[in-house]
Amino acid sequence: MTDNDDILDPTTAAFWTAAADGKLVVQRCAACGHSQLYPRPFCLACDSTDLTWAETPGLGTVYSCVTVHLPVRADLPPPYSVGLVELDEGPRLLAAVPDDAAIGDRVAARWQPGDGGARPVLSFAPAGSLADAAEVVS
Amino acid sequence: MPEFCIAGVAESPLGHVTDQSEPSMIALAAMAALDEAGIARTEVDGLFVNYLGEEGSVQLGEYLGIEPSHADSSDLGGGSWVGFIGHAMAAIAAGQCEVALLAYASRQRTLRKRSRAHVLAPPPPESITAQFDQPAGVPVPIGHFALVTARHMYEYGTTEEQLASVAVTGREWARLNPKAWRRDPLTVADVLASDRICGPIKKLDCCPITDGGGAIVVTTAERARAAKRPPVGIRGWGESHTHWHPHQRRDITSTAAVRSGRQAYEMAGIGPEDVDIFQPYDAFTITPILQLEDLGFCEKGAGGEMFAQGHLRPGGKLPAMTSGGGLSYTHPGAFGIFLVIEAVRQLRGEAGDRQVNPAPKTALVNGIGGLCSYSSTVVLTND
Repeated sequence: MTDNDDILDPTTAAFWTAAADGKLVVQRCAACGHSQLYPRPFCLACDSTDLTWAETPGLGTVYSCVTVHLPVRADLPPPYSVGLVELDEGPRLLAAVPDDAAIGDRVAARWQPGDGGARPVLSFAPAGSLADAAEVVS
Repeated sequence: MPEFCIAGVAESPLGHVTDQSEPSMIALAAMAALDEAGIARTEVDGLFVNYLGEEGSVQLGEYLGIEPSHADSSDLGGGSWVGFIGHAMAAIAAGQCEVALLAYASRQRTLRKRSRAHVLAPPPPESITAQFDQPAGVPVPIGHFALVTARHMYEYGTTEEQLASVAVTGREWARLNPKAWRRDPLTVADVLASDRICGPIKKLDCCPITDGGGAIVVTTAERARAAKRPPVGIRGWGESHTHWHPHQRRDITSTAAVRSGRQAYEMAGIGPEDVDIFQPYDAFTITPILQLEDLGFCEKGAGGEMFAQGHLRPGGKLPAMTSGGGLSYTHPGAFGIFLVIEAVRQLRGEAGDRQVNPAPKTALVNGIGGLCSYSSTVVLTND
Protein backbone atom coordinates (compact mmCIF):
# COMPACT_ATOMS: atom_id res chain seq x y z
CA MET A 1 0.00 0.00 0.00
CA THR A 2 1.02 3.54 -0.63
CA ASP A 3 1.05 6.06 2.14
CA ASN A 4 -1.27 8.77 0.86
CA ASP A 5 -0.05 11.25 3.43
CA ASP A 6 2.52 12.40 0.90
CA ILE A 7 -0.08 13.36 -1.69
CA LEU A 8 -1.10 16.53 0.12
CA ASP A 9 -3.91 16.97 -2.39
CA PRO A 10 -7.27 15.94 -0.96
CA THR A 11 -8.90 16.17 -4.39
CA THR A 12 -6.73 13.42 -5.87
CA ALA A 13 -6.35 11.21 -2.77
CA ALA A 14 -8.97 8.69 -3.92
CA PHE A 15 -7.20 8.31 -7.27
CA TRP A 16 -3.98 7.28 -5.56
CA THR A 17 -5.71 5.06 -3.02
CA ALA A 18 -7.27 3.14 -5.92
CA ALA A 19 -3.91 3.06 -7.72
CA ALA A 20 -2.32 1.42 -4.69
CA ASP A 21 -4.89 -1.36 -5.11
CA GLY A 22 -3.99 -1.69 -8.78
CA LYS A 23 -7.14 0.06 -9.95
CA LEU A 24 -7.42 2.93 -12.40
CA VAL A 25 -10.31 5.23 -11.58
CA VAL A 26 -11.75 8.29 -13.29
CA GLN A 27 -13.97 10.95 -11.83
CA ARG A 28 -17.52 10.62 -13.19
CA CYS A 29 -20.29 13.19 -13.04
CA ALA A 30 -23.51 11.73 -11.67
CA ALA A 31 -25.51 14.50 -13.34
CA CYS A 32 -24.29 14.28 -16.95
CA GLY A 33 -22.09 11.18 -17.10
CA HIS A 34 -18.94 13.08 -18.13
CA SER A 35 -15.67 11.44 -17.09
CA GLN A 36 -12.67 13.55 -16.19
CA LEU A 37 -9.06 13.41 -15.03
CA TYR A 38 -7.33 14.97 -13.22
CA PRO A 39 -10.09 15.32 -10.64
CA ARG A 40 -11.68 18.63 -9.77
CA PRO A 41 -14.39 19.60 -7.28
CA PHE A 42 -16.81 20.25 -10.17
CA CYS A 43 -17.71 18.75 -13.54
CA LEU A 44 -15.95 20.47 -16.44
CA ALA A 45 -18.88 19.61 -18.73
CA CYS A 46 -21.88 20.75 -16.65
CA ASP A 47 -20.54 22.37 -13.44
CA SER A 48 -22.28 19.80 -11.22
CA THR A 49 -20.54 19.00 -7.96
CA ASP A 50 -22.16 15.54 -7.79
CA LEU A 51 -19.06 13.55 -8.68
CA THR A 52 -18.17 9.92 -8.06
CA TRP A 53 -15.23 7.63 -8.78
CA ALA A 54 -15.57 4.91 -11.38
CA GLU A 55 -13.13 2.07 -11.93
CA THR A 56 -12.12 1.61 -15.57
CA PRO A 57 -10.63 -1.39 -17.37
CA GLY A 58 -7.81 0.96 -18.36
CA LEU A 59 -8.22 0.38 -22.07
CA GLY A 60 -7.36 3.20 -24.40
CA THR A 61 -5.80 4.45 -27.63
CA VAL A 62 -2.48 6.22 -28.10
CA TYR A 63 -3.26 9.86 -29.03
CA SER A 64 0.37 10.93 -29.35
CA CYS A 65 3.69 9.44 -28.37
CA VAL A 66 7.38 10.26 -28.47
CA THR A 67 10.66 8.57 -27.70
CA VAL A 68 12.86 10.51 -25.30
CA HIS A 69 16.57 10.40 -26.17
CA LEU A 70 17.92 12.83 -23.57
CA PRO A 71 18.46 12.02 -19.90
CA VAL A 72 15.70 13.35 -17.67
CA ARG A 73 16.10 11.40 -14.43
CA ALA A 74 18.58 8.92 -13.03
CA ASP A 75 15.89 6.24 -12.80
CA LEU A 76 14.84 6.69 -16.44
CA PRO A 77 17.76 5.87 -18.75
CA PRO A 78 16.97 6.92 -22.35
CA PRO A 79 15.71 6.01 -24.78
CA TYR A 80 12.18 5.40 -23.52
CA SER A 81 8.75 6.09 -24.93
CA VAL A 82 5.99 8.19 -23.45
CA GLY A 83 2.46 8.53 -24.73
CA LEU A 84 -0.65 10.56 -24.30
CA VAL A 85 -3.25 7.82 -24.02
CA GLU A 86 -6.96 8.48 -24.40
CA LEU A 87 -8.96 6.12 -22.20
CA ASP A 88 -12.16 4.74 -23.69
CA GLU A 89 -13.99 6.79 -21.04
CA GLY A 90 -12.52 10.00 -22.53
CA PRO A 91 -9.83 11.34 -20.20
CA ARG A 92 -6.20 11.23 -21.28
CA LEU A 93 -3.16 10.19 -19.28
CA LEU A 94 0.55 10.74 -19.84
CA ALA A 95 2.56 7.60 -19.13
CA ALA A 96 5.12 5.15 -20.45
CA VAL A 97 4.05 3.22 -23.56
CA PRO A 98 5.75 0.31 -25.36
CA ASP A 99 8.93 1.24 -27.24
CA ASP A 100 7.31 0.47 -30.59
CA ALA A 101 4.03 2.25 -29.78
CA ALA A 102 2.42 4.27 -32.54
CA ILE A 103 -0.47 6.72 -32.58
CA GLY A 104 -3.71 4.80 -32.85
CA ASP A 105 -2.43 1.68 -31.03
CA ARG A 106 -4.71 0.07 -28.49
CA VAL A 107 -3.15 -0.15 -25.03
CA ALA A 108 -4.01 -1.19 -21.50
CA ALA A 109 -3.09 0.51 -18.23
CA ARG A 110 -1.08 -1.20 -15.55
CA TRP A 111 0.08 -0.02 -12.15
CA GLN A 112 3.39 -0.98 -10.66
CA PRO A 113 4.29 -0.30 -7.01
CA GLY A 114 6.51 2.72 -6.49
CA ASP A 115 9.90 2.25 -4.90
CA GLY A 116 10.08 2.61 -1.14
CA GLY A 117 6.46 3.59 -0.56
CA ALA A 118 6.40 6.11 -3.40
CA ARG A 119 3.23 6.45 -5.45
CA PRO A 120 2.38 3.62 -7.84
CA VAL A 121 3.67 4.13 -11.36
CA LEU A 122 1.31 3.98 -14.33
CA SER A 123 2.31 2.54 -17.67
CA PHE A 124 0.54 1.24 -20.74
CA ALA A 125 1.16 -2.17 -22.28
CA PRO A 126 -0.23 -3.48 -25.57
CA ALA A 127 -3.94 -4.18 -25.13
CA GLY A 128 -4.56 -7.81 -24.32
CA SER A 129 -1.89 -8.04 -21.66
CA LEU A 130 -4.17 -7.09 -18.75
CA ALA A 131 -3.66 -10.50 -17.15
CA ASP A 132 0.06 -9.76 -16.99
CA ALA A 133 -0.64 -6.44 -15.32
CA ALA A 134 -2.66 -8.07 -12.56
CA GLU A 135 0.26 -10.36 -11.79
CA VAL A 136 2.71 -7.48 -11.60
CA VAL A 137 0.56 -5.59 -9.10
CA SER A 138 0.02 -8.59 -6.85
CA MET B 1 -1.53 57.37 -36.85
CA PRO B 2 -3.39 55.18 -34.35
CA GLU B 3 -3.80 56.31 -30.79
CA PHE B 4 -1.11 53.91 -29.52
CA CYS B 5 2.32 53.31 -30.93
CA ILE B 6 5.73 51.84 -30.40
CA ALA B 7 8.06 54.81 -30.19
CA GLY B 8 11.38 53.03 -29.65
CA VAL B 9 12.96 49.58 -29.63
CA ALA B 10 16.42 48.24 -28.88
CA GLU B 11 18.25 45.00 -28.30
CA SER B 12 20.60 44.52 -25.39
CA PRO B 13 23.98 42.90 -26.06
CA LEU B 14 23.31 39.46 -27.60
CA GLY B 15 24.92 36.08 -27.93
CA HIS B 16 27.51 35.25 -25.28
CA VAL B 17 27.48 38.18 -22.87
CA THR B 18 30.31 38.14 -20.32
CA ASP B 19 30.69 41.83 -19.57
CA GLN B 20 27.17 42.74 -18.46
CA SER B 21 24.65 41.67 -15.85
CA GLU B 22 21.01 41.07 -16.71
CA PRO B 23 19.90 44.43 -15.17
CA SER B 24 22.71 46.29 -16.93
CA MET B 25 21.74 44.68 -20.25
CA ILE B 26 18.19 45.89 -19.71
CA ALA B 27 19.43 49.35 -18.76
CA LEU B 28 21.42 49.62 -22.01
CA ALA B 29 18.45 48.49 -24.09
CA ALA B 30 16.03 50.73 -22.21
CA MET B 31 18.19 53.81 -22.65
CA ALA B 32 18.59 53.12 -26.37
CA ALA B 33 14.86 52.54 -26.87
CA LEU B 34 13.97 55.67 -24.91
CA ASP B 35 16.51 57.63 -26.96
CA GLU B 36 14.76 56.52 -30.16
CA ALA B 37 11.46 57.54 -28.61
CA GLY B 38 12.75 60.97 -27.62
CA ILE B 39 11.45 60.32 -24.12
CA ALA B 40 13.45 60.76 -20.90
CA ARG B 41 13.95 57.84 -18.55
CA THR B 42 12.30 59.85 -15.78
CA GLU B 43 9.12 60.09 -17.88
CA VAL B 44 8.57 56.31 -17.80
CA ASP B 45 5.58 55.57 -15.59
CA GLY B 46 4.67 52.04 -16.73
CA LEU B 47 7.00 49.08 -16.24
CA PHE B 48 6.41 45.65 -17.83
CA VAL B 49 9.01 42.99 -17.06
CA ASN B 50 9.21 39.28 -16.37
CA TYR B 51 11.73 36.60 -15.39
CA LEU B 52 13.93 38.80 -13.26
CA GLY B 53 13.38 36.86 -10.09
CA GLU B 54 11.30 37.73 -7.11
CA GLU B 55 9.33 40.93 -7.62
CA GLY B 56 11.13 41.58 -10.87
CA SER B 57 9.45 44.85 -11.76
CA VAL B 58 10.21 46.19 -8.28
CA GLN B 59 13.89 45.29 -8.52
CA LEU B 60 14.20 46.63 -12.05
CA GLY B 61 12.34 49.81 -11.12
CA GLU B 62 14.92 50.54 -8.46
CA TYR B 63 17.81 49.72 -10.84
CA LEU B 64 16.46 52.05 -13.51
CA GLY B 65 15.37 54.72 -11.05
CA ILE B 66 11.72 54.42 -12.09
CA GLU B 67 8.80 54.56 -9.65
CA PRO B 68 5.92 53.52 -11.93
CA SER B 69 2.24 54.29 -11.56
CA HIS B 70 1.54 50.94 -13.28
CA ALA B 71 3.56 47.71 -13.10
CA ASP B 72 2.98 44.31 -14.69
CA SER B 73 5.04 41.16 -14.25
CA SER B 74 2.49 38.71 -15.66
CA ASP B 75 4.11 35.33 -16.26
CA LEU B 76 2.91 34.45 -19.76
CA GLY B 77 6.09 32.69 -20.81
CA GLY B 78 8.15 33.61 -23.84
CA GLY B 79 5.25 35.40 -25.50
CA SER B 80 4.88 37.84 -22.60
CA TRP B 81 6.25 40.92 -24.35
CA VAL B 82 3.88 40.61 -27.27
CA GLY B 83 1.07 40.41 -24.73
CA PHE B 84 2.54 43.28 -22.70
CA ILE B 85 1.94 45.55 -25.70
CA GLY B 86 -1.77 45.01 -25.24
CA HIS B 87 -1.51 45.27 -21.48
CA ALA B 88 0.32 48.58 -21.91
CA MET B 89 -2.35 49.91 -24.26
CA ALA B 90 -5.02 49.01 -21.73
CA ALA B 91 -3.12 50.65 -18.89
CA ILE B 92 -2.56 53.80 -20.96
CA ALA B 93 -6.22 53.86 -22.02
CA ALA B 94 -7.23 53.55 -18.37
CA GLY B 95 -5.06 56.53 -17.46
CA GLN B 96 -2.75 54.46 -15.28
CA CYS B 97 0.40 55.41 -17.18
CA GLU B 98 1.49 57.21 -20.35
CA VAL B 99 4.94 55.86 -21.16
CA ALA B 100 5.29 52.09 -20.87
CA LEU B 101 8.70 50.41 -20.86
CA LEU B 102 8.70 46.69 -21.73
CA ALA B 103 12.00 44.97 -21.02
CA TYR B 104 13.76 41.62 -20.79
CA ALA B 105 17.26 40.20 -20.46
CA SER B 106 18.74 36.82 -19.72
CA ARG B 107 22.27 35.46 -19.57
CA GLN B 108 21.09 31.89 -19.51
CA ARG B 109 23.78 30.76 -21.91
CA THR B 110 26.64 32.17 -19.85
CA LEU B 111 25.11 31.39 -16.47
CA ARG B 112 23.98 27.93 -17.64
CA LYS B 113 20.55 28.59 -16.18
CA ARG B 114 18.98 26.00 -18.43
CA SER B 115 21.02 23.15 -17.05
CA ARG B 116 18.96 20.03 -16.42
CA ALA B 117 18.99 20.67 -12.69
CA HIS B 118 17.29 24.02 -13.25
CA VAL B 119 14.73 23.02 -15.83
CA LEU B 120 13.85 19.69 -14.29
CA ALA B 121 13.71 20.66 -10.62
CA PRO B 122 10.99 18.45 -9.13
CA PRO B 123 7.63 20.18 -8.85
CA PRO B 124 5.90 20.24 -5.45
CA PRO B 125 4.58 16.72 -4.71
CA GLU B 126 0.99 17.91 -4.34
CA SER B 127 0.96 19.65 -7.72
CA ILE B 128 -0.93 18.21 -10.67
CA THR B 129 2.37 18.21 -12.56
CA ALA B 130 4.06 16.00 -9.95
CA GLN B 131 1.11 13.64 -9.78
CA PHE B 132 0.04 13.32 -13.41
CA ASP B 133 2.92 14.55 -15.60
CA GLN B 134 6.34 14.26 -14.08
CA PRO B 135 6.33 10.48 -13.41
CA ALA B 136 6.27 9.84 -17.18
CA GLY B 137 9.59 11.60 -17.65
CA VAL B 138 8.59 14.00 -20.42
CA PRO B 139 11.33 16.63 -20.70
CA VAL B 140 10.16 20.24 -20.35
CA PRO B 141 9.48 22.00 -22.61
CA ILE B 142 10.70 19.93 -25.56
CA GLY B 143 8.65 16.83 -24.72
CA HIS B 144 5.42 18.81 -24.90
CA PHE B 145 6.33 20.24 -28.30
CA ALA B 146 7.39 16.77 -29.43
CA LEU B 147 3.97 15.36 -28.56
CA VAL B 148 2.40 18.16 -30.60
CA THR B 149 4.78 17.52 -33.50
CA ALA B 150 4.08 13.79 -33.53
CA ARG B 151 0.32 14.31 -33.52
CA HIS B 152 0.53 16.98 -36.24
CA MET B 153 2.52 14.58 -38.42
CA TYR B 154 -0.03 11.82 -37.80
CA GLU B 155 -3.10 13.96 -38.35
CA TYR B 156 -1.97 16.09 -41.29
CA GLY B 157 0.90 14.19 -42.87
CA THR B 158 3.45 16.84 -41.94
CA THR B 159 6.90 15.47 -42.69
CA GLU B 160 10.30 15.78 -41.03
CA GLU B 161 11.51 17.43 -44.25
CA GLN B 162 8.81 20.10 -43.95
CA LEU B 163 9.77 20.70 -40.32
CA ALA B 164 13.41 20.99 -41.37
CA SER B 165 12.44 23.58 -43.98
CA VAL B 166 11.33 25.86 -41.14
CA ALA B 167 14.86 25.82 -39.71
CA VAL B 168 16.30 26.37 -43.20
CA THR B 169 13.97 29.34 -43.73
CA GLY B 170 15.14 30.95 -40.50
CA ARG B 171 18.77 30.34 -41.45
CA GLU B 172 18.37 31.98 -44.85
CA TRP B 173 17.19 35.13 -43.08
CA ALA B 174 19.88 34.83 -40.38
CA ARG B 175 22.58 34.79 -43.06
CA LEU B 176 21.42 38.34 -43.88
CA ASN B 177 21.56 39.47 -40.23
CA PRO B 178 25.04 40.21 -38.84
CA LYS B 179 23.72 39.92 -35.29
CA ALA B 180 22.43 36.36 -35.75
CA TRP B 181 23.92 33.62 -33.56
CA ARG B 182 23.94 30.93 -36.26
CA ARG B 183 24.87 32.09 -39.77
CA ASP B 184 26.52 29.15 -41.53
CA PRO B 185 24.66 27.54 -44.43
CA LEU B 186 21.98 25.00 -43.46
CA THR B 187 20.13 22.43 -45.56
CA VAL B 188 17.15 20.20 -44.95
CA ALA B 189 19.57 17.25 -45.03
CA ASP B 190 21.64 18.86 -42.24
CA VAL B 191 18.57 19.11 -40.02
CA LEU B 192 17.50 15.55 -40.76
CA ALA B 193 21.01 14.28 -39.98
CA SER B 194 21.24 16.04 -36.60
CA ASP B 195 20.83 14.02 -33.40
CA ARG B 196 17.32 12.91 -32.50
CA ILE B 197 16.46 14.40 -29.12
CA CYS B 198 12.81 13.77 -28.41
CA GLY B 199 10.31 12.03 -30.68
CA PRO B 200 10.48 13.53 -34.16
CA ILE B 201 12.40 16.57 -32.85
CA LYS B 202 16.09 16.67 -33.72
CA LYS B 203 18.80 18.99 -32.48
CA LEU B 204 18.47 21.44 -35.38
CA ASP B 205 14.68 21.59 -34.91
CA CYS B 206 15.43 23.37 -31.62
CA CYS B 207 16.40 26.96 -30.85
CA PRO B 208 19.88 27.57 -29.45
CA ILE B 209 20.43 28.89 -25.94
CA THR B 210 21.85 32.42 -26.01
CA ASP B 211 22.19 35.51 -23.87
CA GLY B 212 20.18 38.56 -24.83
CA GLY B 213 17.42 40.99 -24.14
CA GLY B 214 15.69 44.12 -25.30
CA ALA B 215 13.37 47.01 -24.59
CA ILE B 216 10.24 48.49 -26.17
CA VAL B 217 8.59 51.85 -25.49
CA VAL B 218 4.79 51.92 -25.90
CA THR B 219 3.03 55.24 -25.61
CA THR B 220 0.46 57.49 -27.21
CA ALA B 221 0.88 59.10 -30.61
CA GLU B 222 0.89 62.43 -28.81
CA ARG B 223 3.80 61.47 -26.54
CA ALA B 224 5.71 59.99 -29.49
CA ARG B 225 5.89 63.29 -31.40
CA ALA B 226 9.49 63.86 -30.33
CA ALA B 227 10.59 60.40 -31.48
CA LYS B 228 13.77 60.26 -33.56
CA ARG B 229 12.41 57.39 -35.66
CA PRO B 230 8.96 57.04 -37.17
CA PRO B 231 6.61 55.58 -34.54
CA VAL B 232 4.91 52.32 -35.48
CA GLY B 233 1.18 52.10 -34.92
CA ILE B 234 -0.42 49.35 -32.84
CA ARG B 235 -3.64 48.42 -34.65
CA GLY B 236 -4.76 45.32 -32.82
CA TRP B 237 -3.90 42.80 -30.16
CA GLY B 238 -5.24 39.69 -28.54
CA GLU B 239 -4.17 37.02 -26.10
CA SER B 240 -5.33 33.72 -24.66
CA HIS B 241 -4.07 30.48 -23.19
CA THR B 242 -5.40 26.98 -23.44
CA HIS B 243 -3.73 24.51 -21.07
CA TRP B 244 -0.66 23.65 -19.04
CA HIS B 245 -0.71 19.84 -19.01
CA PRO B 246 -0.75 18.09 -22.39
CA HIS B 247 -3.49 15.68 -21.28
CA GLN B 248 -5.88 18.58 -20.73
CA ARG B 249 -5.92 19.92 -24.30
CA ARG B 250 -8.31 18.05 -26.57
CA ASP B 251 -6.66 19.12 -29.83
CA ILE B 252 -2.98 19.65 -29.11
CA THR B 253 -2.30 20.65 -32.74
CA SER B 254 -4.34 23.84 -32.34
CA THR B 255 -3.03 26.75 -30.25
CA ALA B 256 -4.39 29.79 -28.45
CA ALA B 257 -3.36 31.76 -31.55
CA VAL B 258 -6.79 30.94 -32.98
CA ARG B 259 -8.38 33.19 -30.38
CA SER B 260 -5.62 35.77 -29.94
CA GLY B 261 -5.35 36.12 -33.71
CA ARG B 262 -9.08 36.60 -34.16
CA GLN B 263 -9.09 39.30 -31.49
CA ALA B 264 -6.13 41.09 -33.08
CA TYR B 265 -7.56 40.90 -36.62
CA GLU B 266 -10.94 42.19 -35.46
CA MET B 267 -9.46 45.12 -33.58
CA ALA B 268 -7.27 46.02 -36.55
CA GLY B 269 -10.05 45.47 -39.08
CA ILE B 270 -7.81 43.31 -41.25
CA GLY B 271 -7.38 39.68 -42.22
CA PRO B 272 -4.38 37.49 -42.95
CA GLU B 273 -4.48 38.58 -46.60
CA ASP B 274 -3.52 42.10 -45.48
CA VAL B 275 -0.34 41.03 -43.68
CA ASP B 276 2.97 41.89 -45.39
CA ILE B 277 5.38 40.26 -42.93
CA PHE B 278 4.89 37.66 -40.22
CA GLN B 279 6.92 37.19 -37.07
CA PRO B 280 6.10 33.78 -35.56
CA TYR B 281 7.71 32.35 -32.42
CA ASP B 282 10.01 29.57 -33.55
CA ALA B 283 11.30 27.90 -30.42
CA PHE B 284 10.92 24.60 -32.29
CA THR B 285 10.23 24.01 -35.96
CA ILE B 286 6.64 22.92 -35.33
CA THR B 287 5.54 26.24 -33.84
CA PRO B 288 5.61 28.50 -36.94
CA ILE B 289 3.68 25.78 -38.79
CA LEU B 290 0.96 25.84 -36.11
CA GLN B 291 0.93 29.64 -36.16
CA LEU B 292 0.56 29.87 -39.94
CA GLU B 293 -2.47 27.60 -39.71
CA ASP B 294 -4.03 29.04 -36.56
CA LEU B 295 -3.67 32.63 -37.81
CA GLY B 296 -5.38 31.84 -41.10
CA PHE B 297 -2.48 32.01 -43.57
CA CYS B 298 -3.34 28.51 -44.80
CA GLU B 299 -5.68 25.62 -44.15
CA LYS B 300 -5.15 23.58 -40.98
CA GLY B 301 -2.44 21.06 -41.76
CA ALA B 302 -0.96 22.96 -44.72
CA GLY B 303 1.66 24.93 -42.75
CA GLY B 304 4.49 22.49 -43.36
CA GLU B 305 3.91 22.53 -47.09
CA MET B 306 3.81 26.34 -47.10
CA PHE B 307 7.28 26.40 -45.53
CA ALA B 308 8.64 23.68 -47.83
CA GLN B 309 7.44 25.64 -50.87
CA GLY B 310 9.58 28.58 -49.78
CA HIS B 311 6.80 31.12 -49.27
CA LEU B 312 8.34 32.38 -46.00
CA ARG B 313 11.90 32.73 -47.31
CA PRO B 314 13.63 35.92 -48.52
CA GLY B 315 11.73 36.93 -51.65
CA GLY B 316 8.72 34.77 -50.71
CA LYS B 317 5.11 35.91 -50.66
CA LEU B 318 4.95 36.04 -46.84
CA PRO B 319 8.37 36.90 -45.41
CA ALA B 320 8.60 35.46 -41.89
CA MET B 321 11.22 35.03 -39.15
CA THR B 322 13.09 37.85 -40.89
CA SER B 323 15.68 38.29 -38.11
CA GLY B 324 16.57 34.62 -38.42
CA GLY B 325 14.10 33.78 -35.69
CA GLY B 326 14.62 31.94 -32.45
CA LEU B 327 16.15 29.05 -34.37
CA SER B 328 19.08 31.07 -35.76
CA TYR B 329 19.09 34.69 -34.53
CA THR B 330 18.83 34.45 -30.74
CA HIS B 331 16.77 32.70 -28.09
CA PRO B 332 17.64 33.66 -24.52
CA GLY B 333 14.81 31.64 -23.00
CA ALA B 334 12.07 34.03 -23.99
CA PHE B 335 11.93 35.27 -27.56
CA GLY B 336 8.81 37.44 -27.70
CA ILE B 337 10.46 40.82 -27.29
CA PHE B 338 12.67 40.19 -30.35
CA LEU B 339 9.65 39.49 -32.56
CA VAL B 340 8.38 42.99 -31.88
CA ILE B 341 11.78 44.64 -32.29
CA GLU B 342 12.26 42.99 -35.69
CA ALA B 343 8.75 43.86 -36.87
CA VAL B 344 9.29 47.51 -35.93
CA ARG B 345 12.61 47.65 -37.80
CA GLN B 346 11.12 46.08 -40.90
CA LEU B 347 8.19 48.51 -40.83
CA ARG B 348 10.63 51.41 -40.54
CA GLY B 349 12.66 50.10 -43.46
CA GLU B 350 15.87 49.88 -41.44
CA ALA B 351 16.57 46.15 -41.46
CA GLY B 352 19.68 46.31 -43.65
CA ASP B 353 20.44 43.38 -45.95
CA ARG B 354 17.37 41.49 -44.75
CA GLN B 355 14.96 44.40 -45.33
CA VAL B 356 11.82 43.19 -47.04
CA ASN B 357 11.44 45.18 -50.26
CA PRO B 358 9.19 47.01 -50.84
CA ALA B 359 9.06 47.95 -47.18
CA PRO B 360 6.12 46.22 -45.48
CA LYS B 361 3.16 48.25 -44.25
CA THR B 362 1.52 45.68 -41.95
CA ALA B 363 3.21 43.18 -39.65
CA LEU B 364 1.61 40.35 -37.68
CA VAL B 365 3.49 39.26 -34.57
CA ASN B 366 2.59 36.13 -32.62
CA GLY B 367 4.18 35.14 -29.35
CA ILE B 368 3.94 31.69 -27.79
CA GLY B 369 4.43 31.01 -24.11
CA GLY B 370 4.55 28.15 -21.67
CA LEU B 371 4.23 24.62 -22.99
CA CYS B 372 2.58 25.64 -26.28
CA SER B 373 0.03 27.16 -23.89
CA TYR B 374 -0.18 30.91 -24.36
CA SER B 375 -0.55 33.08 -27.44
CA SER B 376 -0.40 36.81 -27.93
CA THR B 377 -0.90 38.50 -31.29
CA VAL B 378 -0.37 42.11 -32.33
CA VAL B 379 -0.90 43.94 -35.60
CA LEU B 380 1.62 46.72 -36.26
CA THR B 381 1.52 49.24 -39.14
CA ASN B 382 3.64 52.08 -40.43
CA ASP B 383 0.86 54.30 -41.70
